Amino acid sequence: MDFLVFQYPMITIQACLDGLLLGILFALIAYGMALQWGVMNIINIAQGDLVILGGYIAYFMYLYGIHPAWGVIVSPIIMYFVGIAIYKLVINKVVDRDLFISILATFGISILFMQLMNFAFGADVVLANSGYGTTMLFDNNVVLPNSKIFSAFISIVFAICLVIYMKRSKLGRAIRATAQNARAAKILGVDTEKVYAATFGINAALCGVAGALISITFTIHPYMGLPYTIRSFMIVIVAGLGNLPGVAMSGMGLGIFEEFADYILGTEFRIGSVFLLLVLILVYRRFKLSRKREYLK
Amino acid sequence: MKIKNILITFVSAIALLFSTSVVSFAKVVGDKIILGAAISLTGKYSSNGVHTQNGYNMAVDRINSMGGVKVGGKTYKFDIIYYDDESNPKRAAQLAERLISQDKVEFMLGPYSSGLTKAIAPVTEKYGVPMVEANGASRSLFTKGYKYLFAVLAPANLYLDVAIRTAVELNGGKGVRIAQAFEQDAFSQDVRLGILDAAKETGSEIIIDDKLPKELNDMAATLVKVKQMKPDVLVVSGHTKGALTAIRQISEMKVDVPMLAMTHCDAAKLSKQHGKNSQYALCASQWHKTLTYKDDFFKDGMTYAADFEKEFGYDPPYQSAESSAALLVFKDAFERANTFDQKKVRDALAATNMQTFYGNIKFAPGGQNVDKPMVLFQVMCDDAGKCENKVVAPLKWASAELIHPVPKWSER
Repeated sequence: MDFLVFQYPMITIQACLDGLLLGILFALIAYGMALQWGVMNIINIAQGDLVILGGYIAYFMYLYGIHPAWGVIVSPIIMYFVGIAIYKLVINKVVDRDLFISILATFGISILFMQLMNFAFGADVVLANSGYGTTMLFDNNVVLPNSKIFSAFISIVFAICLVIYMKRSKLGRAIRATAQNARAAKILGVDTEKVYAATFGINAALCGVAGALISITFTIHPYMGLPYTIRSFMIVIVAGLGNLPGVAMSGMGLGIFEEFADYILGTEFRIGSVFLLLVLILVYRRFKLSRKREYLK
Repeated sequence: MKIKNILITFVSAIALLFSTSVVSFAKVVGDKIILGAAISLTGKYSSNGVHTQNGYNMAVDRINSMGGVKVGGKTYKFDIIYYDDESNPKRAAQLAERLISQDKVEFMLGPYSSGLTKAIAPVTEKYGVPMVEANGASRSLFTKGYKYLFAVLAPANLYLDVAIRTAVELNGGKGVRIAQAFEQDAFSQDVRLGILDAAKETGSEIIIDDKLPKELNDMAATLVKVKQMKPDVLVVSGHTKGALTAIRQISEMKVDVPMLAMTHCDAAKLSKQHGKNSQYALCASQWHKTLTYKDDFFKDGMTYAADFEKEFGYDPPYQSAESSAALLVFKDAFERANTFDQKKVRDALAATNMQTFYGNIKFAPGGQNVDKPMVLFQVMCDDAGKCENKVVAPLKWASAELIHPVPKWSER
């Protein structure tokens, strides 16, 4: 236990800001997960691997001399089609089965993606340099890498665009209708097959954006996907399905939580603390639910 | 139908006979000495696994083309059976069993990484198979009393020992304040133990002692603490991921620290991926091509590097060099033992005392090489942004002078 974070106010501010910026990025990934979970009732274990694949797209642009920030435009376009392909090959066969089958299927996709990426891109840890510099606040006591600020900003832009798209466009309305009641939507003429494919594509595209941002801010590696899956799962569990402001809030909350856990418990418990929190919340939910059931009786 | 059944039985019996008769002579077939190795060709260690394999192959070709191994008045050539261990310790142990009990290999080369060597060592020990390994540096490998394990490299606890001692020396012999962050794996934790020992001996104080998780790609919290507490030395070890993350965040957060010492810089291609931002980082290395050790097969480090580049198209990392050295050790031991008796070869290995292009090799009773110090190089860049690793310590091999303290970010 180390309470340095409370002894120096500057560290507290630093931890909050770091956590906030990180959390916004997590929230973007979680939003994709919430979307397809809500619409298709599928928990996508391969979410993190899609993120990493998106990161590799930005990384390769960087290798060929294109600024990796353009990855936030190119990567989602490519990933959208990757998403559609995964849907056509695997997901459409498990979409109306029970949750366990879909978890198994996406778990398989996750392993496949890890190995393929390892095979294609090698096991080296890589990153893309944006050269964005640093912002110094409070007399140089709080430092924020501009790449993190850029990531958060882009995440917010994409989230807002998506919300508007879901509200205004025809496809967005069809997606929302299918999420509410797939059968009724089908009867009313919505091509749910198409809606599912598009939803999975949009999710993959969001992962692509996040991946490009991660390659600019952190590092990428074929086997680094799982922590992102766990975090987004966690955020969606806390927020509940179809609750977009909830996803944003719990994303930022998780970012700050992680940062403080890092300072107080030590860096080794950073990701462990996320798992712990997940268990606690699931247990809490279970108790809450069982109480409700009794009440109904 | 009956005839067909008889025919099938007959053919399979022949095939079975044939296959067993082939493998049972596999240790030394004709004029070939067959060594076995499980190597990570896929999975998370695959890039270093390939460096290891290239190092082995390079040495096999070289020794074979320069006359091979002379045992009992006859000349033999090396050959290696490789299996892919998928970077998985369990798989590596299975494959070692398979190499020994099915393929009847009687001499083994090591895999990549301490973790996998740890998995294989009990197996080779059980069967009394001598293993020369070049990529498992964890101290715990050498404290278990293994009799058949020999490592050509210096143990992990010595990796950054030089850095601390150099810092103390530059501080006028007084202890320094150390901040350290190590990944939680066998290797990095051994490096950490080495630092703890060095700190104790030099009267230095450890003010930050962080452990990094395996999935780590963010160490901002550690660096914020470093910024506040201003240590004299920052030590980071977390394989390539740790090295890359540290340089990225140190440069982004403008963390000023007089000395930054790390491991795995060359494996991480630090200067290529980070350019000028990696300047002044100190890196521990088992080997560097500018060292002046010599042998008859590869001449010296510079020649080795040039030959390696010609064959494989890249500059050899130390993982390849030490793997090549393992074969030289085997050749030397076979010739001194003058037999293929495993026990006698083992005794000859234990009595090894030789110089290779990679360094002097002499094994302690635990199996580690005690005759080769670690070197420390510093990343140095010119104005055009071209960076090079230059050896700065120990002084005997230094090709450039250590730049200390590291200039502040505001002055760069």
